[in-house]
Amino acid sequence: MEKQLSRRSFLKSGLAAACAVSASSLPRPAAARNETSQLATLIDIRKCIGCEACVEACRESNYDKFPKPEKPFPKMYPDRVPVMDWSDKQDVRDRLTPYNWLYIQYAEAEHKGETFYLTIPRRCMHCVNPPCVKLCPWGAARRLENGISRIDSDLCLGGSKCKTVCPWKIPERQTGVGLYLDILPAFAGNGVMYKCDRCYNLVAKGELPACIEACPEDVQKIGPRDEIIREAKKIAQEIDGYIYGETENGGTNTIYISPVPFEKLNQSIEKGPGKPHLAPAEDSMEDGNNLAAAMLIAPVAGIAAAAGKFYKMTQSENQKGGDRE
Amino acid sequence: MNNAGNEAKKRSAGRYLYLLVVFFLTLTGFAQMPIFKRYYIADIPGLGWLAQFYVTHYMHYLFAIVLLAIAGYWIADYWLTKNRRGRLTVSGYVRASIVFAIIVTGALLVIRNLPDVVLSPNLIIFLDVAHLGLAVTLLAAGAICLILKKPWVL
Ligand code: HEM
Ligand code: SF4
Ligand code: SF4
Ligand code: SF4
Repeated sequence: MEKQLSRRSFLKSGLAAACAVSASSLPRPAAARNETSQLATLIDIRKCIGCEACVEACRESNYDKFPKPEKPFPKMYPDRVPVMDWSDKQDVRDRLTPYNWLYIQYAEAEHKGETFYLTIPRRCMHCVNPPCVKLCPWGAARRLENGISRIDSDLCLGGSKCKTVCPWKIPERQTGVGLYLDILPAFAGNGVMYKCDRCYNLVAKGELPACIEACPEDVQKIGPRDEIIREAKKIAQEIDGYIYGETENGGTNTIYISPVPFEKLNQSIEKGPGKPHLAPAEDSMEDGNNLAAAMLIAPVAGIAAAAGKFYKMTQSENQKGGDRE
Repeated sequence: MNNAGNEAKKRSAGRYLYLLVVFFLTLTGFAQMPIFKRYYIADIPGLGWLAQFYVTHYMHYLFAIVLLAIAGYWIADYWLTKNRRGRLTVSGYVRASIVFAIIVTGALLVIRNLPDVVLSPNLIIFLDVAHLGLAVTLLAAGAICLILKKPWVL
């Protein structure tokens, strides 16, 4: 049961599901309810030894997707527009960059009289309703039916809105690549945003994401979201542990399990640019979505007002004899 | 007579409300693209909110609700009082059709934003580009009609 969703067995059971999912994610105009087709990952941070095998695997496996900027960069106006160039710092491994989509965070925390030293693999959470995707003004970011969110580097203009609206500020910008170079490089756009795409190309083939495959400790699993959550809860109960990612930002497809409360981990980890927090995150899209119902009612209210006015008008005309023609 | 005067006043109040709503929809709509910060507009005191995407997203929704109410009112009123007042002009029809198409694309984008809704990426790109293109077309049509003094109804 424990091993049910790990590595090889994913290839057997998950493969069929994943293939079915990716086959049906071809352009399809209709909305699809897809709680069951979403794949989520389970990250049991107790098991992680911080060896960075996953980090290396990610870099190697996704190397072809990394930016190859043209230099010198076109001048951008106004001057305040920041040039984000990571191409000379491709070796950086201690934060997220356009060339490093996964890194290891370190945490030290006291809990129940015990001191824990934990290492935590961090990357995009692959939110269930990802604001980076939904609020992208061009549709350059996309959410796949199997729960992956990814940014199309052929379409992204690098405006960084996805990063601004992401509760964890995950996407990272590289200047000097992408579509904006062909439009108005001086006045609009600023490169391309990069982040973990959960190895969508491998998953589409029924293979495991590189970081999961490479981990010597089987820290991560991938499977249907409901099963992953069930399993996470079971483990959390067994070890009296804590879960992160089930409800954060309205729910994500990355579920962390920790023996220590996440508030304590969040206090301990280094946070800042490229170094995401582990704090509570409210559902970013919720406020707007709550207005959607009012949008249905609004035209009806308008029609009712017009009907009311018409009724009053005919009433008063009838009283006056009704010859207004 | 008094009655007719009131009607005209109400109608022009309705027009100003419509123009105000379209103005704010355009402003908050364009704020969906990351341009107001780059071009210092959000630095103008009092306009900082234009760079806050969740604020402008929410406001776009609020003004869309008002626009939908106005549209419902006008369509019903036009239909109910068909025999009593002027008919839509050609330019009126053109503008009404543009607004209608904006509402349809906008409504589909609202549906896209709901949890558990996954529209095909190509449809989303189409909706985004169409919604933006229609918004620009409406502004252009409005400007042309203003210059040529083309009324909505005659
Ligand atoms: C005159 C009316 C309107 C104008 C001028 C306008 C303008 C814009 C512009 C320029 C954008 C940004 C470009 C894009 O994402 O395509 C936008 C986005 C959007 N508009 Fe509109 N719009 C109008 C009405 C509406 C209405 C009636 C609705 C809803 C029923 C709506 C819903 C949206 C949505 C959902 C977005 C995407 C951004 C977001 O999710 O907040 N719009 N609008
Ligand atoms: S490969 Fe596994 S054990 Fe090593 S750092 Fe990554 S998640 Fe942790
Ligand atoms: S964590 Fe951020 S970048 Fe990843 S899917 Fe969620 S909103 Fe998008
Ligand atoms: S899922 Fe793929 S892209 Fe994402 S961190 Fe793992 S290896 Fe990198």
